Amino acid sequence: MNPAWHALPWLLAIAFYFTAGGYLSLGTSILVYILLTLSLDLALGYAGIITLGHAAFFGFGAYGAALFAIHVNADPLLGLVVATAVTAVFAVVTGMLILHTQGVTLLMLTLAIAVLLAEAANRAYKVTGGDDGLQFTMGPVLGLFRFDLWGQTAYLYTLVILFVWFVIAWKVVHSPFGRSLDGIRQSQARMRAIGTPVWWRLIAIYAISAAMAGSAGALSAQTTRFVGLNTLGLLVSGIAVVMLVLGGTRRLYGAFLGAAVYVVVQDFAAKVNPFYWMFVIGGLLMATVLFLEGGLMEVLDIGRRWLRRLLRGSDPT
Amino acid sequence: MSAFAHPALSVRGLCKSFGALRVAQSIDLELAHGARVGLIGPNGAGKTTLVNLLTGVLPADAGTISLEGEVIDKLKPEGRVRRGLARTHQINTLLVEESVRDNVAIAIAERERVAWSMLRYAKAWRACLEEADERLREMGIMDVADRRVSALPYGQQRLLEIAIALALKPRVLLLDEPAAGVPAAEAHHIHEVLERLPAEIAILIIEHDMDVVFRFARHIVVMVQGRVLKRGAPAEIAADPQVRAVYLGRSTV
Repeated sequence: MNPAWHALPWLLAIAFYFTAGGYLSLGTSILVYILLTLSLDLALGYAGIITLGHAAFFGFGAYGAALFAIHVNADPLLGLVVATAVTAVFAVVTGMLILHTQGVTLLMLTLAIAVLLAEAANRAYKVTGGDDGLQFTMGPVLGLFRFDLWGQTAYLYTLVILFVWFVIAWKVVHSPFGRSLDGIRQSQARMRAIGTPVWWRLIAIYAISAAMAGSAGALSAQTTRFVGLNTLGLLVSGIAVVMLVLGGTRRLYGAFLGAAVYVVVQDFAAKVNPFYWMFVIGGLLMATVLFLEGGLMEVLDIGRRWLRRLLRGSDPT
Repeated sequence: MSAFAHPALSVRGLCKSFGALRVAQSIDLELAHGARVGLIGPNGAGKTTLVNLLTGVLPADAGTISLEGEVIDKLKPEGRVRRGLARTHQINTLLVEESVRDNVAIAIAERERVAWSMLRYAKAWRACLEEADERLREMGIMDVADRRVSALPYGQQRLLEIAIALALKPRVLLLDEPAAGVPAAEAHHIHEVLERLPAEIAILIIEHDMDVVFRFARHIVVMVQGRVLKRGAPAEIAADPQVRAVYLGRSTV
């Protein structure tokens, strides 16, 4: 792939900042969803960990950031790092319990952990605020940039964190470690036969993925200064999977496309008919799965090939 | 004391039952350094089970397995591989979405302990790829290095399977029917590869094709119903009436 293409999504994101107007906070939530979906691509896409429990990590990071801001320190970056780290630790512990299983068993266990955590948060209302959630205030980013009413700081802050995570994810999936995950997805028996400690490898990527999802949750809490039980809900897990499949797995950029298309289509469809927007998303998902094996990224691939042919055709050399 | 003081692989009293079915009954086996041992026996004799017990895919009920004097009973399959016990599979377990080269490189990365590298890896990975090419050249399948395994003819998949096992630089190699299912026209290529395997590796080969076994092995072990029926030089085994009876289908045990 021509390296110039890598600049495209980031240029679009920066362009959006200058042109979004009242839509900037919608843009921030798209960025948060991209980060969550990206995290899922690592676990589900690359390592083949069948999960419907990523909401647990998203919510863990969100509550972690909120509680840290309320009780310890209101500095956003510090809170983000702490929330990310505790989420990773939580993933290591739960991962050790469930990652020796595969398939439907694993799916059910991830689901169970997410449900248990949501229920625990509901019961511990003295800490979590229960149904009311938690509202709190944040300090300025780096001690300089206050979270403003228009969401400018929130957007740029989220964009920078997303960029950092994207670079890490890109490095990881192309590393020997990432290649071994590809192998584990395709055949655990083969990987054991070449000496791969499959279980530890899965725990490692589960923790990295969870840390990323925890960051997404923390960003969601910090940029809205609110966290509620919905961050732990199954809907979050489900939406992330839909976004990933829609955009295309194992491409990293599929997360960008899937999350953006999902949120934009949802926004438009809900405007046309506030009750039936799910039909539109559902139809889009079905069409993608049936006709585009690689998700919507495949449309981009086709467009790129077409563009290249067009450029070559007009070039006499 | 040098490593050569111990046999490459030593098995004592290995037992395994599935319920009432005894698939391994007190099996003793020894592979000297550079040994070429053939394991034969009718279907269901427990040959593949024995390989699975040795590699740790199946837990044994009793007995000890040692690799150059070190007891490896408690080790998981991946731990045994890292200590130098490699195998090929009767049925391919190749990474079908990957290229031929990457299949080998991923194994080399594992052997070289670079498979945990996540952030600074460019040089190490390049070295893995270069060594992978070398292995493919040895196997005579360098021309398909970039091809996806799913698009590879079966005979070449079998060669790749051997290339991967060799890439682990094993001290003991268990070959589970390396030429199974390969059309006769391509099988000779696999046999040539077997002849050229590094002399220092101790090899146990399971094979249904008696021509191959008797040409390749210098010592043969005959298994029937989970038990060792006979062992000896190929000529002895070929002449043994009991072994002949088993292969003609009459049970003498």
